[in-house]
Amino acid sequence: MKYSFKTAEQLLKLCKKHNLPISLIAKRYEAERCDKPIATVRRKMKQARDAMYEAVRKGIKSDEKTETKMTGGDAKNLFKQLNNLRNMMGNKVTVRAMAYATAVGEQNANMGRIVAFPTAGGAGVIPGTLFSCAEHFHAGKRKLLRGMFTSAAIGLIIAEGATLSAAKGGCQAEVGAAVSMAAAGLTEMRNGTPEQCVHAAAMALKSYLGLVCDPLGGLVEVPCIKRNALGCMVAIGASDMAIAEVESYIPFDEVVGAMKEIAEIMSPKLRETALGGLAVTKTGIEIKRKLGLI
Amino acid sequence: MSTHSIFDIAGPIMVGPSSSHTAGACKIGQYARALFHKTPKKVTFYLHGSFGEVYKGHATDRALLAGVMKFRTSDTRIKTSFDIAKEKGIAYKFIKKDLGAKCHPNTVKMVLESGKEKMTITGSSIGGGMIEIVKLNNFEISLKGVAGKYLSLVVSHDDNPEIIVKLGKKLKALGLKIANIESTSYKKKTLSVLSIEGKRITIPEAKEMETIEGVDFVRALTKIDN
Ligand code: SF4
Repeated sequence: MKYSFKTAEQLLKLCKKHNLPISLIAKRYEAERCDKPIATVRRKMKQARDAMYEAVRKGIKSDEKTETKMTGGDAKNLFKQLNNLRNMMGNKVTVRAMAYATAVGEQNANMGRIVAFPTAGGAGVIPGTLFSCAEHFHAGKRKLLRGMFTSAAIGLIIAEGATLSAAKGGCQAEVGAAVSMAAAGLTEMRNGTPEQCVHAAAMALKSYLGLVCDPLGGLVEVPCIKRNALGCMVAIGASDMAIAEVESYIPFDEVVGAMKEIAEIMSPKLRETALGGLAVTKTGIEIKRKLGLI
Repeated sequence: MSTHSIFDIAGPIMVGPSSSHTAGACKIGQYARALFHKTPKKVTFYLHGSFGEVYKGHATDRALLAGVMKFRTSDTRIKTSFDIAKEKGIAYKFIKKDLGAKCHPNTVKMVLESGKEKMTITGSSIGGGMIEIVKLNNFEISLKGVAGKYLSLVVSHDDNPEIIVKLGKKLKALGLKIANIESTSYKKKTLSVLSIEGKRITIPEAKEMETIEGVDFVRALTKIDN
């Protein structure tokens, strides 16, 4: 295997050796792994991109509330603000990113079709961040795919070194991982170097270490959808920092190691069981009661 | 080599709300259906850990059942799988159960029945829609549902190395290479999981392999969505 990697260190070495960006290493890794032509790998990623686009498109127009009535319609509210940016502190890019991320989160909560990139709970961050930024710099579809491949490469390193399962690692493994991945993907779309991409990923992930999974009633709605929206802001911020040549003092692989260690000491009550944190607040208990869980 | 595909991370394309509790559950159901090899008349699901705590809100139940009916993870009919199962005359039951501390928190034990035939399959959803089948009847196995160039052939047979040799010959005749074999034994029976490289194995081809003496069944897990 010429393009195999499990850590950021190995990935960066491959980038250097072949003088290629992360996205192309990821693409070649996959082609080699499945013994399929690069074109097939690209086509598969395009399907993911199109499915994400559909979820965004549907979500920003939808008023539909979920069965619990906890969420729904916020993507539309946010998207409307694009006509009223004076009212906002963030700019067009960040407000749109939050609208898109919310759109995907709301579709997901309503059993609509989304792409679990890397998981369904964190599925809003990558389309939110990458689509909104791509629109801003009029990036072609090709560039968007590059961002997606780079994001996936970072996700793979997290899956190898820690986990992407909230049941094992809490929300740091879902939204945290997604933000880290989006930060790297965005940085490559901005022509950042592979090192800068990894620094962006590290800075983003560090901000999410220890985040617990405590969804109300065990449903992927509250706080999940809003965590996705706000995650885009961190991803964009981390990418900006990396482009400004701010570096993570702790290498990415060590951050992933820390995430793994935290996952191991995190109480099971805070790992997708809805037995701790926000899930057992007064409001959380009310929801549980309503759902007949207690 | 990393065990993960880029598309284990950038995917699956799925119906929400949870990759581990909905898409992963659907995939475990698909594997169970493929191993059982027919539509069961009755399925009982024992839900462990987080699966047991929060299955309702994540539609884990609907997704498991949808998988047993061969629906893909992106099939929006998952939402109505209870009704569809009723139409098809499949009886189903969900029971919360502690399957032991060794199990991954997202684990389900399924008992599939059809007349006299019965099979017990335990599977875990290990994150991002990736799954692992950890037990089939009494055999502890490790069958990972990740996208890749290998396909798995699950063979139940008597404790006799000759059988694998014969099987190898048949596979070779079909132009297939065995990349890896993992076997577990229990009471004079062996379950082998073969990783195969090459083309897909058709149902008649698998049936033909079942004619080898001492072989109970052969299941080619090729049509599972990844
Ligand atoms: S709180 Fe839990 S269910 Fe919600 S996004 Fe985070 S990890 Fe996923």
